[in-house]
Amino acid sequence: MDVDQNSAQPKSFPGEIHQTPGGGILTSKLDDVINWARSNSLWPLVFGTSCCAIEMMSTAGAKYDWSRFGFEVARATPRQADVIIIAGTIVNKMAPVLKRLYDQMADPKYVIAMGACATSGGPFFYNTYSVVKGADHVIPVDVYVAGCPPRPEALLHALITLQEKIRGGNKRERIDIDGTKI
Amino acid sequence: MREDFKKKYFLMSNEELKSVFTAIHPSLVFEEGEWLNMYIEPAELLPFVEKIRNADNLFFDYLFCLTCVDWKTHLTMVYHFSSTSHRHNIVIKSKLDRDNPEIETVCNIWKTAEFHEREVFELFGVKFLHHPDLRNLILPDVWSGFPLRKDYEDEVNMIKL
Repeated sequence: MDVDQNSAQPKSFPGEIHQTPGGGILTSKLDDVINWARSNSLWPLVFGTSCCAIEMMSTAGAKYDWSRFGFEVARATPRQADVIIIAGTIVNKMAPVLKRLYDQMADPKYVIAMGACATSGGPFFYNTYSVVKGADHVIPVDVYVAGCPPRPEALLHALITLQEKIRGGNKRERIDIDGTKI
Repeated sequence: MREDFKKKYFLMSNEELKSVFTAIHPSLVFEEGEWLNMYIEPAELLPFVEKIRNADNLFFDYLFCLTCVDWKTHLTMVYHFSSTSHRHNIVIKSKLDRDNPEIETVCNIWKTAEFHEREVFELFGVKFLHHPDLRNLILPDVWSGFPLRKDYEDEVNMIKL
């Protein structure tokens, strides 16, 4: 297999390269470069309460590897983590703990609500005395993933969506997921 | 060696267990199921259960489930027993009335019952007499009401269909 000499630039690459003899010059906006760097190196916080945590562990495993996308280091301390993936049910006793962990994370921080329970209470929406009906009652959420539990591919899609959102600089008109603009 | 092994551990079928139990306690009501189910009065539970714990051929030394079911007219305590040596299983049920559900604790015989009975106490309100430490297991201590009963109402958290 030959090295592909004429590969087009991935569209997420920040800036333009101008070929000059002896190398090239990259022109870009600093914002774009910073967002590109941030999105490609999001370190998740180890946070799993319920069955979605099993699917998250599977996504972190060898078959559906999420460290391909930069989520290599999963930190146990919120001080060093960028993204918190709420994998599992949030009960009334856990809500202050979640808020405290979110407050301890340093900016910029992002939140992914994984699974039905973190999105809206899930199967525990009716007739339960103890479940918070959606993690967004506690902390602001960036990306919601549907599923009970979502497949590892779905979680990877959510992570890529978060990366696209960050690269767009959190401006609605610049988010571009799978080629469809919002 | 194999014959000694066979003599020491023998698994009794449901019919054999039924006959042994009727001999010990004639007023049991039996029910069909994969394991032998029987109903007993709550006041007679503790002496009966003490006998089956140590009997040589029964030897139920493993209480693997202790829970309560709320049928709307009454509560039923359900105990699942197994024998680690003979490997037979039984289910003992006991009907309690809703207004004052009380039953003797079995945690002096099987220590695991301490936590299970605390859970049944906090979720159903069944009082276990002579329990060493009867208090809420997971719910906050200030919780009022018994959440797993069918008539539990909670306007703040529970959304009705």
